[in-house]
Amino acid sequence: MALILNEEQQLLKESAEGFFAEKAPISQLRALRDAEDEKGFSEDLWAEMAEMGFAGLLVDENNGGTDFGVVGAGTVAESMGKTLSASPFLASAVIGAAVVKAAGSDAQKQELLPVIAAGEKIVTLAIDETAHHRPENTQLKAASDGDGFVLTGMKTFVCDGHVADTFLVLARTSGKAGDTSGLSLFLVNKGTGGLIVDRTSMTDSRNWAKVTFEGVRVSADALVGPLDGAFNAIEPALDQARIIIAAELLGIAQECLDRTVEYLRERKQFGVVIGTFQGLQHRASHLFSEIEVTRSAVLKAMQMADAGGDIRWFASLAKAKASKTAELATNEAIQMHGGIGMTDEFDMGFYIKRARVLQAMFGDFNFHADRFAACSSY
Amino acid sequence: MTDVTLETELIFEWPVFSGTQFGSEWERVMTDLETFQSETRAWLEENCPMSMRTPVSIDDDACWGGRNFRFSSEDQKLWLERMAARGWTVPSWPKEYGGGGLSKEETKILASEMRRIKARSPLTSFGIWMLGPALLKFGNEEQKLEHLPKIARGEIRWCQGYSEPNAGSDLASLATKAEDEGDHWVVNGQKVWTSYADKADWIFCLVRTDNTGAKHHGISFVLFDMESEGVSTKPIKLISGNSPFCETFFDDVKVPKTNLVGEQDKGWTIAKYLLTHERTGISDMGMPTPLNMLAKDKLGTDDDGKLPEAMLRHQVAEHEIDAASFVFTLERAKDQAKAGGDIGAFSSMLKYYGTEINKDRHELIVKVNGSDALEWEGQYSNDGEIARNWLRTKANSIEGGTSEVQLNIISKRILDLPA
Repeated sequence: MALILNEEQQLLKESAEGFFAEKAPISQLRALRDAEDEKGFSEDLWAEMAEMGFAGLLVDENNGGTDFGVVGAGTVAESMGKTLSASPFLASAVIGAAVVKAAGSDAQKQELLPVIAAGEKIVTLAIDETAHHRPENTQLKAASDGDGFVLTGMKTFVCDGHVADTFLVLARTSGKAGDTSGLSLFLVNKGTGGLIVDRTSMTDSRNWAKVTFEGVRVSADALVGPLDGAFNAIEPALDQARIIIAAELLGIAQECLDRTVEYLRERKQFGVVIGTFQGLQHRASHLFSEIEVTRSAVLKAMQMADAGGDIRWFASLAKAKASKTAELATNEAIQMHGGIGMTDEFDMGFYIKRARVLQAMFGDFNFHADRFAACSSY
Repeated sequence: MTDVTLETELIFEWPVFSGTQFGSEWERVMTDLETFQSETRAWLEENCPMSMRTPVSIDDDACWGGRNFRFSSEDQKLWLERMAARGWTVPSWPKEYGGGGLSKEETKILASEMRRIKARSPLTSFGIWMLGPALLKFGNEEQKLEHLPKIARGEIRWCQGYSEPNAGSDLASLATKAEDEGDHWVVNGQKVWTSYADKADWIFCLVRTDNTGAKHHGISFVLFDMESEGVSTKPIKLISGNSPFCETFFDDVKVPKTNLVGEQDKGWTIAKYLLTHERTGISDMGMPTPLNMLAKDKLGTDDDGKLPEAMLRHQVAEHEIDAASFVFTLERAKDQAKAGGDIGAFSSMLKYYGTEINKDRHELIVKVNGSDALEWEGQYSNDGEIARNWLRTKANSIEGGTSEVQLNIISKRILDLPA
């Protein structure tokens, strides 16, 4: 397979870029933030995104999706990185859909995938329990109770948890923290007794949640995938999400470079355009190189994810490289913009804030560099 | 140094048309290719000497050809002769110029069949991967017929006369002067960093035929015999030890005007074309042994299967993330070019990133090997192989246009920043 977008994917990219530039430019995120909007995204936008088929990119056509795969979803995520369009896309259309697809029973798929693809329900994954992503350290306990389970514990950094209709909750059913076995996944619906959702407004002006489970009782059919075998069952889905997050980070990095280069061409100091200074040219050209190299890693990972098989190495490569490059791009963009880059009035701050949240999501650079090495047996 | 350029890599690809589109025509082509493959496999099995199926490890293993070349073995000579007789030293060149006249698909098959038995390249040559493509594109018919077959057969070894003491990164400032004497020029001046000038038979050389206009104008691309009166060479010793580089001096060297390639005063176009080849060549260092494997061989692993030194492991991982991403970037550039995209100045990015990565890799190889890496002589260290290779990489980001020049090109041609 050629390592470029095919015609269909190229069209999707163009339509997504046009859509977000028109319907959800960065001014929309600014307005939501200034209004201290409790949802943090526009319902109308999300409905329109669903109409465009963006909520069902990972869902097969039989379940009402558009089935564009990881390359498609990543391409759309990259466009969102450029405009920082806020929506539950990552939570529901990416991680929710991917996990249900990977681990759900036929009945669960038929129940959840169509409503995810239609944007009617928001399904998200509750996985982290501490400030660092370490799924095998999961302690939230699911105790067997009659024909069901009782969940006790807490989750943090739950993407769009404040608006989720359904949580996919990773819980420990046996073994101890640190074991990859003994983990199981459960569906918990909003409003279930003992479930407490606290909205956490984050640096990126988006909303996440801390979710507490005080003896939340679920029935046996809430179990998703094999009992005690959730780690392996959801890992490929988690990797798909990591790759798509890497694509959004790539979009952020590219936008930072584009805005910076434009500024270098216009801003004058010492009587000349600052883009004539070699010190700045070389910084920008180095950043360009890093972004292009990152683009290759991300595209390769997206294609490998759609091809199936073990994608752990590719996912960690993409997430690590994109995290590092987005960090460089956002930092360099502020530096090269000078004082104006530090002002809230200017948009650059939104990019660096969103980037850091995405860098931390489902494993930061260090997590993935470590995992990348482990995948290569060293 | 490598003989794999982006352009030659391009032909190692399977045809992209699909069966449904082309129907019976496709089937016919595939049948022909299958026949070609089985015939090639059988021929290679019979004709590639066993000793030519081992990796090239020391300098002597590479066959450079030329008037004064001493073959390191009978097999090496035989392998060159057999391949040259079929035109397979330059499989994709036209037959009338000593090539094999193979299609892209056939060339790809030949390469893959050679890889299958680990056959060495029969001929390593600047003539093949630098001058040849330029002559095919810019040379006249007489020049092609005169020079290309000798390159293909390994009879003439070429060197490149580009850099000068005062024209390195700023190559267009070159001053080697060619004075018009009617049917010939008289060339005076000096070149530097001429790889293997002391071993080459002929040189392709940039000379100044006019110094009245802009510096990119007035440069001409000429060919001449290194045995011409007035040519002398002197090897350069580097921090890594002996090197293939030389200083080359021209003292009243007579060059016939028929040896001009392309138009007089417009050699810069050809020079740039060649440099792009060189840049992509330097950036694509092939597929070396992964760093983590070198590290594991040297240091072993702990009970968890990890490299025992945590900080070193982190550095290796960080390097390999960049290196793997870069390898995929070469793949992407190739696919883009194949799909008709213009990679143009993108090659500057590949050269910049590829050479910086290679320098980083060798710094880490030295760290992995600790004090063993710092031995300079003796059998244990193969005469300081690690140290010398490491030091040699420092030139990667200087030769073929420095990293800074590449960044300038990116700024100007891709980011469109003002000069």
